[in-house]
Amino acid sequence: MASGKADGKVRGFQFSPWNLLLIIPLLVLITSLFNSDGPRLFGMPFFYWFQFVFVVVGVVCTWIVYVMTKDKPTSERPDRLSVDELDEGDVK
Amino acid sequence: MTNIQWPELIIFTILFAVVTVLGFVASRWKAGNTLDHLDEWGLGGRKFGSWITWFLLGGDLYTAYTFVAVPALMFSAGAMGLFALPYTIIVYPIVLMPALRMWSVSRVRGYVTPADFVRGRFGSPTLALLIAITGIIATMPYIALQLVGLEAVLRTMGINGSGIVGHLPLLVAFIILAVYTYQSGLRAPALIAFVKDILIYLVIIVAIIYLPSKLGGWSAIFDAADAKFDKTPSQADGILLNANNQLQYATLALGSALALFLYPHSLTSVLASRGRSVIKRNMVALPAYSLVLGLLALLGYVAISASVSPITNNATGKPDTNTVVPVLFDTQFSSWFAGIAFAAIGIGALVPAAIMSIAAANLWTRNIYKEYIKKNATPGEEAKQAKLASLIVKFGAVAFILFIDPQFSIDLQLIGGVLILQTLPAVAISLYTRWFHRWGLIAGWVVGIGWGLVMLYNIPNPATGKAHFGGSALKLGDLSIFGWHPFSGSPVQIYVGFVALIANLLIAVIFTVIARQLKVFNGTDDTEAEDYHADEHDKDLREIGVH
Repeated sequence: MASGKADGKVRGFQFSPWNLLLIIPLLVLITSLFNSDGPRLFGMPFFYWFQFVFVVVGVVCTWIVYVMTKDKPTSERPDRLSVDELDEGDVK
Repeated sequence: MTNIQWPELIIFTILFAVVTVLGFVASRWKAGNTLDHLDEWGLGGRKFGSWITWFLLGGDLYTAYTFVAVPALMFSAGAMGLFALPYTIIVYPIVLMPALRMWSVSRVRGYVTPADFVRGRFGSPTLALLIAITGIIATMPYIALQLVGLEAVLRTMGINGSGIVGHLPLLVAFIILAVYTYQSGLRAPALIAFVKDILIYLVIIVAIIYLPSKLGGWSAIFDAADAKFDKTPSQADGILLNANNQLQYATLALGSALALFLYPHSLTSVLASRGRSVIKRNMVALPAYSLVLGLLALLGYVAISASVSPITNNATGKPDTNTVVPVLFDTQFSSWFAGIAFAAIGIGALVPAAIMSIAAANLWTRNIYKEYIKKNATPGEEAKQAKLASLIVKFGAVAFILFIDPQFSIDLQLIGGVLILQTLPAVAISLYTRWFHRWGLIAGWVVGIGWGLVMLYNIPNPATGKAHFGGSALKLGDLSIFGWHPFSGSPVQIYVGFVALIANLLIAVIFTVIARQLKVFNGTDDTEAEDYHADEHDKDLREIGVH
């Protein structure tokens, strides 16, 4: 088991604003946006091709998050909110 | 067995034999020092790179059953069946962050199962046991469903005997699978997944270009489907959603997405990867399968416009809608290409079945055997135990098919989905915070599972004449909280698992607040804050597969 970690490691809760992009694909859950037959594309009702387009939207959003958050700690500052602070601490 | 399709059967058998050889060779592929360790047997040495992980996860998440049942659902119910598409669109953005944390903490602490993590996080063998049992119970019918997919293909090729004889080829296929999984562990499905996916992609691309051009284009296909649904007396089907099933569509997609990575087998594939960047890249690239899944779903409509009728299952005497896609291939393709397509579906059943049985075996070994039966088991004994357990799990799944109506295993899988969703607070939320108290999580689990089962039990299915466990769509009007009907009279439907999860969270919060007031001990947390960010190049990572 690893213990006694050297300092300079990423710890606690990390947040990058880019992660917010991951919310966009969830729009596909609002069915009233696309539950219609027209306009058709290649004979395919809107309901179907809209969701196929959203596969691409999901990929683009996830890809941007991957590119923007890779190879670096997501925060330069020492982390202030650790998992244990989210906990009450004293109960533990 | 009079009308056996020999050319199809021969091609199917050849490809099946190739895969069997691969399964045995796999034990030497990227081998570590030993196979007698769960890190090696159960997680392939935790060193799979982006490509292998992509095939493994894809082979794991998009199962033969998805490829057979989703089109079958489109065939009989229409637009509702497409819920599988938004489900796979949202799953990766939702799961990306938690999966990374799970990988890191498991890598540092040597966790192999989600229940291992819960055990370490709360020091509670009881909570871990609940998570492990939920995982095993939810996985068993899922494996059985892979067999349903395999059987649909075999029946289409003319192997449609009645009684036990009708199941014999399936049994043979599964014995082969069981033996090489025992031998090679997770490396077997990882290697076979390559073959499976190349075949699947080949078949889909041909099917999606060739079939519509043969049947008059997509426009004609959708019109044919529309005409069919207009003629049925049911109001629930159609090529668009109606006012009552839109909420069901969205909550089922969301609930299924949240449940997917709680299944032990999907986590197995995540933990087998080399590092965080491998997982991130996969979350970007995996939706390629979603496109395939969506196109496959549309084959349900193609089958309607090609006037396909499902084959009668001689073992049950009822028409089996799961055969619509195999029959479509059988009637529209030349026999040699249909053989390839059937092999794709058949092999597609083996990959997830192998991973699922490994995941269930890991749960048994780590969270029941080592926790309660033999506390000082060595890594070698653990690996042996897991190998044996993987055999038992697979034959349990075969027993499902042999002794009960396959329809029943579909219902069990539906229940499994609702059950596994109830582990979300303990497994997924605990990755971020220890705010929830372990007794709160246990109470939430009990209520979520209990109420979920009660709701499922009370849903009838008029179409099949069943009074209970007829589906996962609950009418809001029927929602009853101790006899109180908050949405009385509403015909709008919602996914049972979603309702049960809300109840689960609510109870967990209430019990947590109470437990904190009473200062009840919340277990010891083995993990440290930086464990959740460890990556492959960290210098002090523990060694893999060392006794």
